[in-house]
Amino acid sequence: MDKENQSRHISKQFDNELEEIRNRVLAMGGLVEQQLAKAVAALVEPDIEMAEEVIRDDYKVNAMEVALDEECTSVLARRQPAARDLRLVISVIKTITDLERIGDEAKRIARQAIDLASLPTKKNQFVDLERLGQHVCTMLRDALDAFARLDVEQALDVAIEDQKVDQEYESLMRQQMTYLIEDPRTIPATLDIMWSARALERVGDRSCNICEYVIYQVKGKDIRHISLDQVEKDFGRK
Amino acid sequence: MENSQNKTHSIDLSNLNKAEGAADKKAKKTCFTVSDLNLFYGEKQALQTINIEIPEKSVTAFIGPSGCGKSTLLRCFNRMNDLVDSARIEGQILLDGEDIYAKQMNVADLRRRVGMVFQKPNPFPKSIYENVAYGLRIQGVNGRHVLDEVVEKSLKGAALWNEVKDRLQDSALGLSGGQQQRLVIARAIAIQPEVILLDEPASALDPISTLKIEELINDLKDDYTILIVTHNMQQAARVSDHTAFMYMGDLIEFGATNQLFTNPSKKKTEDYITGRYG
Repeated sequence: MDKENQSRHISKQFDNELEEIRNRVLAMGGLVEQQLAKAVAALVEPDIEMAEEVIRDDYKVNAMEVALDEECTSVLARRQPAARDLRLVISVIKTITDLERIGDEAKRIARQAIDLASLPTKKNQFVDLERLGQHVCTMLRDALDAFARLDVEQALDVAIEDQKVDQEYESLMRQQMTYLIEDPRTIPATLDIMWSARALERVGDRSCNICEYVIYQVKGKDIRHISLDQVEKDFGRK
Repeated sequence: MENSQNKTHSIDLSNLNKAEGAADKKAKKTCFTVSDLNLFYGEKQALQTINIEIPEKSVTAFIGPSGCGKSTLLRCFNRMNDLVDSARIEGQILLDGEDIYAKQMNVADLRRRVGMVFQKPNPFPKSIYENVAYGLRIQGVNGRHVLDEVVEKSLKGAALWNEVKDRLQDSALGLSGGQQQRLVIARAIAIQPEVILLDEPASALDPISTLKIEELINDLKDDYTILIVTHNMQQAARVSDHTAFMYMGDLIEFGATNQLFTNPSKKKTEDYITGRYG
């Protein structure tokens, strides 16, 4: 964050409210990150207990989203924020929606993990899935980092990373398809793996969304639905 | 066939992204053109090299902290500063291309074209009817029919007719603050000005009366160019098409209101509208 952004409101209470909102988004992000990491671990190990824990804890993520939504509504109603403050509140409202959905994806993966634990699988079926899982976890962490530090450059990096995740996902799906064709007995397990991969790929997309909101918050520029190439040009990267 | 199908389904995103305000600005003619305007009160410079183009038939708001020069600038548009002995002006203001500070400019005529409404409603101690008819009477219009018609039209234009139509001969001083302010606006539009200058028109009014004035401003902008000075930033955000932010005699930023309130380009503007220390 540059020095300029640190100037304070005349109303200290308003400063505190916005700071509180930011901190709570980061806390929610931390929890979602943890849920996702646990879900991926539970899937790869497999670890039913851990998977159950993820499913059990999802309500915490949901509760945090609801509470944050309420707080944002209250700031909008009472403070009528403008400019940077308005963009902060708007991007928080959108970010927590994506975080909550990432939480749901983690829960979905945990369910697949429980399902998979009782099915016959081949060990090397999980290699790529684990890599994809780690890749996506890193993306989410970087996206939250970009949010915390209002770092446009990092936000752009995450958006670029998502293209690689998409490629990894595609190659993983092709590979799993060969299992389906070769041995019908692996179909139930392979389908679970494919659903899990699909969930991870969606987490990548949602992390990318969070980065778009970071860029909106900092630059006031809406880069959704604009090609990455164009965005990089706009920000003087190419 | 395929082509026409494509046409119906494709949406041009680039058009959606354009700020509405920017498109408006292009389409509208310029009402006032201010170039290199400096204003001094004695030794003290109150306005520093102001350059601005005010689009016609729209609402332009001036915001800024107390003493930033916004009211002073507003008063330049109908030469109200002529009444201040120590005030000296450099630079140029054109109204429809005509220099309003030129020697041949008739100031009374200018003020007929550029009406003004102040913070405190200032109705004359006369009847409601006579307040609105006043401008025409001093122009020598005395025909009953003409006056009746103009009074009704102006009061309707100022959204006051329904509240006063049965007591037009009552004293204007018996009206509420909000009604008095709308009466003063009716008096201003009775002589059909091109421009209406509003200096803090709602700051002495309660929230409901304020909203009525804001609604009125919105109705009036189809026919008049409106310039409004306000301390209430939310009011500027609500009523104006364009906003100018002034600070210590400088015009810091001027642009479409949507843009200025969501993504201002200057840090000073941002600090002011978000309520930060400068």
